Amino acid sequence: MILKSNLGKGEKALEKATTLIPLSKSDKVLLSKIEQEAGTDINLCYQCGKCSAGCPAGFAMDYKPREIIRLLQLDMLDKALNAESIWICATCETCSARCPRGVDIASLMDALRREALKQGRITDKKVANFNKAFLGTVKRFGRTYEPGILLYHNATTMQPFKDAGLGLPMMKRGKMEIFPGKIKGKDEVKQIFIRASELGGEE
Amino acid sequence: MKLAYYPGCSLGGTAIEYHLSTKKTAEILGIELEEIDDWNCCGATSAHNTDKLLSLALPARNLAIAEQTGLDVLAPCAACYNRFRATEHTVREDAVMKERIEKVINMPYEATNKTISALEWLVEGIGLDKIKEKVTSPLAGMKVASYYGCLLVRPSAYTGFDDVENPQSMDDIMTALGATAVDWAFKSECCGAALATSRPDIGSKMVFNILKNAQEAGADCIVTACPLCMMNLDMRQASAEKAANEKIDMPIYYVTELLAIAAGVSPNEVGVNKHFVEANKYLDAVAAERARLELEAEKAKAEEAAKAEKGAKPELPPEELEKKVAAMVKGFEKNPDKMASRLIEDEERAAILAEIIVEDAKKVTKLAELMITDKEKAAKAADAYVTGELRKREKANQ
Repeated sequence: MILKSNLGKGEKALEKATTLIPLSKSDKVLLSKIEQEAGTDINLCYQCGKCSAGCPAGFAMDYKPREIIRLLQLDMLDKALNAESIWICATCETCSARCPRGVDIASLMDALRREALKQGRITDKKVANFNKAFLGTVKRFGRTYEPGILLYHNATTMQPFKDAGLGLPMMKRGKMEIFPGKIKGKDEVKQIFIRASELGGEE
Repeated sequence: MKLAYYPGCSLGGTAIEYHLSTKKTAEILGIELEEIDDWNCCGATSAHNTDKLLSLALPARNLAIAEQTGLDVLAPCAACYNRFRATEHTVREDAVMKERIEKVINMPYEATNKTISALEWLVEGIGLDKIKEKVTSPLAGMKVASYYGCLLVRPSAYTGFDDVENPQSMDDIMTALGATAVDWAFKSECCGAALATSRPDIGSKMVFNILKNAQEAGADCIVTACPLCMMNLDMRQASAEKAANEKIDMPIYYVTELLAIAAGVSPNEVGVNKHFVEANKYLDAVAAERARLELEAEKAKAEEAAKAEKGAKPELPPEELEKKVAAMVKGFEKNPDKMASRLIEDEERAAILAEIIVEDAKKVTKLAELMITDKEKAAKAADAYVTGELRKREKANQ
């Protein structure tokens, strides 16, 4: 009896099994570039799971931090870049602080996020949209402009009334500027955006 | 002491209380703050999510401007502080990246100055003893959970400040202000940061867990040094409660607000009335409790003083009393008239007392004892003896 049920489990597991395919040359280069940018080595990880146990957002992730590293160790870069987890990570750095092998997991998540963005694979549009809205106002005014961020974020994520109830109370408390505050050096800041993107392209 | 001041975007808007209370705290502690000229946004999480070079260049422009003044930078916002520290670290450690950053900002930047957080400023720059000196209205009875969040202590390679898992600096400040800092498990747990806006389904759970743990640890309020933590714990407390279907109702304060209030500044002067979760009532309760404790202490002091006065004539130990009584008895035996006149003014009655003394040794001992312990009682007893003797004599005459 016991043997049979174990066999059943094993068969089920086999159904989920994946054939591992080694990375192509170009993807190998890409993975090592990601590691370099993150300043960390994924092969140091021995899968203890301390990062995942302490992750405050782990409950909402499709792949826990440990699993993201395992995907990379098994050449499954594609799956890692498509994971929702990399957009849920809030960069709180608890994982990096606790890793007994010194793997900078938070920095790795950051690098994966940037690569996914570059490739246009955005699993969580809401987070990516928020970032775009945020940086859009900085590029334009030199500083953030919260009403602008919220309006853009709401419009592009099709949730027009999100946080609408907070707008008036915030204004009443003097916590939200009605007009964007522009700085004298806003053109300098705009140039920073332009040059950073140009230099980033040189790599 | 003079510092370059980087308020950052939050302190001009959502975290206006942090701006007001930081300036007030500087004024109280005698620190001059010079706002960085024409500062720009640090890029926060959105920049390092998007482009590494951009995320280092945006802080670098501010730091390069501040470097020209030769001042260290105070960045109260934990997110700005963290990005500034990351930039300094990179510029010092990575020559290639330094060159690229300078190219992007079109300015020289050597990272000779350094950025400090509000906690580093208060604990390391000012010191707890100096803070204690400024406390005029101690936060007695306040039970507070010190919430550090992520960015003030992590990663330690950038910050090198306090302990990553169990930081103490803010707890120490709270103790210096007279409050009781509770021990709790979520002091460096993440509040969810921008997830509260972009993914409230996840963010509100993270916020609720923090509030709940503080409550379970016995705290009545939370203190923070980060505008994003404040925004999530305060402004989004209602939606976190709604999602969890449980009311917590916990006021949240900035560390600088509480410092200013403990130094006698009125709560609304540092913006406590701008919070979303009502935060004045608890401060009133703390003030009332302080008044009650002070009154109690005064009463206890007065009682102590009264006791001390009473005890000024301490009772003599038995051996010494015996000695003195014996000496007094001798005096009575040697010179009964003189002793009698010391007890009774009236000459006739004094003479009668002298006669009693000579005859009655028991009465002599009693009078001698009373003269040492209580002269008034001795006089009364002597008078009673005389009255008794006179009555006796009258009876005998009849």
